[in-house]
Amino acid sequence: MGKLSNEEVLQKIKDQFGESITNVTEPYGLLTFETDKASITEVLTSLKNDPVLQFIFLTDITGIHYPEQEKPIGVIYHLHSLVNNVRVRIKVFLEEQDLNIPSATPIWKGANWMERETYDFFGINFEGHPDLRRILNVDDMTVFPMRKEFPLEDPNRVDKKDYFFGR
Amino acid sequence: MSDIQIVNAPPGVEGAGFFATSLDKAIGLARSHSLWPLPFATSCCGIEFMATMGSHYDLSRFGAERLSFSPRQADLLMVMGTIAKKMAPVLRQVYLQMAEPRWVMAVGACASSGGIFDTYSVLQGIDEIIPVDVYVPGCPPRPEAIIDGFMNIQKLVQTESLRRRNSPEYQQLLAKYGIQ
Repeated sequence: MGKLSNEEVLQKIKDQFGESITNVTEPYGLLTFETDKASITEVLTSLKNDPVLQFIFLTDITGIHYPEQEKPIGVIYHLHSLVNNVRVRIKVFLEEQDLNIPSATPIWKGANWMERETYDFFGINFEGHPDLRRILNVDDMTVFPMRKEFPLEDPNRVDKKDYFFGR
Repeated sequence: MSDIQIVNAPPGVEGAGFFATSLDKAIGLARSHSLWPLPFATSCCGIEFMATMGSHYDLSRFGAERLSFSPRQADLLMVMGTIAKKMAPVLRQVYLQMAEPRWVMAVGACASSGGIFDTYSVLQGIDEIIPVDVYVPGCPPRPEAIIDGFMNIQKLVQTESLRRRNSPEYQQLLAKYGIQ
């Protein structure tokens, strides 16, 4: 167990940001909440710089796609307070027409490649990122393969066609 | 008595003090027993290849003692393992750097067809980018299978006409892959 309980962390965040913190859950004891893209930079900055919380380590930035939601594409931040041994998960959901979110690179240099990866797979535009281009996939790829509308299997595959198996 | 075996002479005309055969056959015989393979090993099939090269299976029995890690001196490109789409231009470059005559062997399911990696990031068989002579099935294939594939390459080398690489069919095949 960490030195800080989830309740204490949440209380500190809510005191500062109030209404913009929504959907607070604790799956498997991991404090999770949603915020919006207008306040995400401030939330991250204050979590990092708060003298008590000290969430100084950015574990991961990734994305998620729920096509059935009103705001289908999410950006997920995992932060770790190494001093207090507490983690939080922050989610920001975006509208499909407006996949822009402020970059976290001014706060953590390590966000650079994480955001490039999230852009590569989900097509989320991180505003203010110094070099937002594909990192893992081939440069001439035209799609964002982790979006649900993209077929996972390669269309060029020939040896798995049904007629080879009498189907 | 030594038990070293020497390859049989190719078919030809033999008489007192002379033996006549075609140049194709003589060169094919020599080439097939001195192939220099270039191992392009990216995953577990490469481990099987190490076993094949090791003393137990000993690929050098077939004249392939000398692995060429430069494509410029290699005769046979052995592609062993999953080729990601990002790796494809690299593999193609290696193939282009090889001098004619050159042969290609796709070892294992991934190099032959993409294998279990039916996904957006993996090349679905190296024959999408370069021509392949022999496919070795298996996931990964046993060393015996790799040796069998290698012996099939040897058969191809022995029976290949010296004019094949200049033939319009061969040019057409390369042109299909966008190679001059």
